[in-house]
Amino acid sequence: MNFPIDQIRQEFPILDQQIYNQPLVYFDNAASTQKPMQVIEAIKKYYEHDNCNIHRGIHYLSVKATEGYEETRQIVRDFINAANSREIIFTKGTTESLNLIASSYGKRFLNSGDEIITTIMEHHSNFVPWQQFCLEHGTIFRVVTLNDKGELNLEELKKMISEKTKLITLTHVSNVLGTINPVKEIISYAHRYDIPVLIDGAQGVSHMPVDVQDMDCDFYCFSGHKMYAPMGIGVLYGKEKFLEEMPPYQLGGEMIKDVYLDHTTFNELPFKYEAGTPNVEGVMGLRAAIQYLNKLEMRNIVEYEKGLLEYAVNKLNGIEGIRFFGTSKNKASLVSFLIGDIHPYDAGTIIDKMGIAVRTGHHCAMPLMDYLKVPGTVRASFAFYNTVEEIDRLAEAIILIKKIFQTRKT
Amino acid sequence: MTIKEVETQITDEFSAFDDWLDKYTLIVEMGKSLPMIDPGFKTDQYMISGCQSKVWLKAEYKNGQIFFTADSDAIITKGIVNLLIRILSGRSPDEIIQADLGFIDRIGLREHLSPTRSNGLSSMIKQMKLYALVFKTKEEGLK
Repeated sequence: MNFPIDQIRQEFPILDQQIYNQPLVYFDNAASTQKPMQVIEAIKKYYEHDNCNIHRGIHYLSVKATEGYEETRQIVRDFINAANSREIIFTKGTTESLNLIASSYGKRFLNSGDEIITTIMEHHSNFVPWQQFCLEHGTIFRVVTLNDKGELNLEELKKMISEKTKLITLTHVSNVLGTINPVKEIISYAHRYDIPVLIDGAQGVSHMPVDVQDMDCDFYCFSGHKMYAPMGIGVLYGKEKFLEEMPPYQLGGEMIKDVYLDHTTFNELPFKYEAGTPNVEGVMGLRAAIQYLNKLEMRNIVEYEKGLLEYAVNKLNGIEGIRFFGTSKNKASLVSFLIGDIHPYDAGTIIDKMGIAVRTGHHCAMPLMDYLKVPGTVRASFAFYNTVEEIDRLAEAIILIKKIFQTRKT
Repeated sequence: MTIKEVETQITDEFSAFDDWLDKYTLIVEMGKSLPMIDPGFKTDQYMISGCQSKVWLKAEYKNGQIFFTADSDAIITKGIVNLLIRILSGRSPDEIIQADLGFIDRIGLREHLSPTRSNGLSSMIKQMKLYALVFKTKEEGLK
């Protein structure tokens, strides 16, 4: 397929602007992606024609909004191939999904002395909730380290598993290193010992097809805003057997069945985990984003982004002194690097002045930065609307940085 | 020279450059120029931790004046630290408390002082003013 890059770029209005008198280059997609017209229009249309609180209402608008919301649940189910739509919970984002599991799964399944295994490459959102749960409940928190390519030490992980292990929680794709973890292999190994596995899919869903049944993960979490949908909407997929057993996370409207003076019974799945008025606007945007991705087809996106990554690695590798973090063969389309010993804040400041948006710092992964012994990195993360010409501009910026910070050294 | 006069001097030095690249090159030169704190003080006790870069700041009070020494792990941050020290070190607590530091805006580096930038600089200025307040209060207590 000839990837329709020109047409795609026109569909993302934000890309067509000048930053410091230069065309914007947006390479901060791992933090948040931009939104196509189709998503922006869907939100506008929702507020102009369909806005209403959902469920409960019997009037026309409420029924229409409810239908749109519930149809989207079905669309999400199809998108990740969940067994049924009761397993799809709408949340604010990956962070809320992970906190929900840490709280509800923790209350039901984790006791003092039990062990959770996670990895050193986790985003804080899949690290801190578990760490804090463990500190509070006497559960033991174990962390798998990496090899020098930024891949998980699988043997170490396997050795950590014992009869005390009650959950393995890890990211699908590292937001810093880009490493795509062998989740299917890990899950299949863990399931031999009946250990459930949670996958943080925040950096996964936008870069590859995800089939939760084929992967056989027990939980999978992701955010809308990293997959071309609005902020404030996310998804928690969980196997029904766990979601049924776990207690609700937040209490209030929508999630109840009957309320009496002295007790309450809770609603069925998925509503049990969706207390209060949900983000219907976000759901409508998510629906449009998934339809957009489906139209482009994920295999085409994978192919195009693979080309961008290869081009970037080759191009930047040609610059003397560049140090990459994360050189796995199985990598999503991002590069994390330092230029010699130039501080990421210094590099990032100059890259910004060149009209290029990259992220610098610890990328919400401070344990990983400590492990790599760096104050932070510069991260350029690509989406399917980026081009090789934009990567050339990043290379020019890096060469300029070297000139400013290195050759003029006193 | 008063704070205002030094601010004007710095503004003049920067006004020679129209181009952002030249301005940043100057800041980088200022950042490379000297170690601005005794390495023995680059400890957690003196550290102001930003999300992006770190700053170390030490203050000494002598004969009614506060003398600052500082450093940063990022060179651009260090260059701006250098400017702040040039302006605020060797001043009385009152002068420091009242300094508005508007020159940063005039030389086009305001963005680096934004708290959301999280490079330690905005916290550093707060800390410098806090030192001034503490020394002033102590001195008045002794009178």
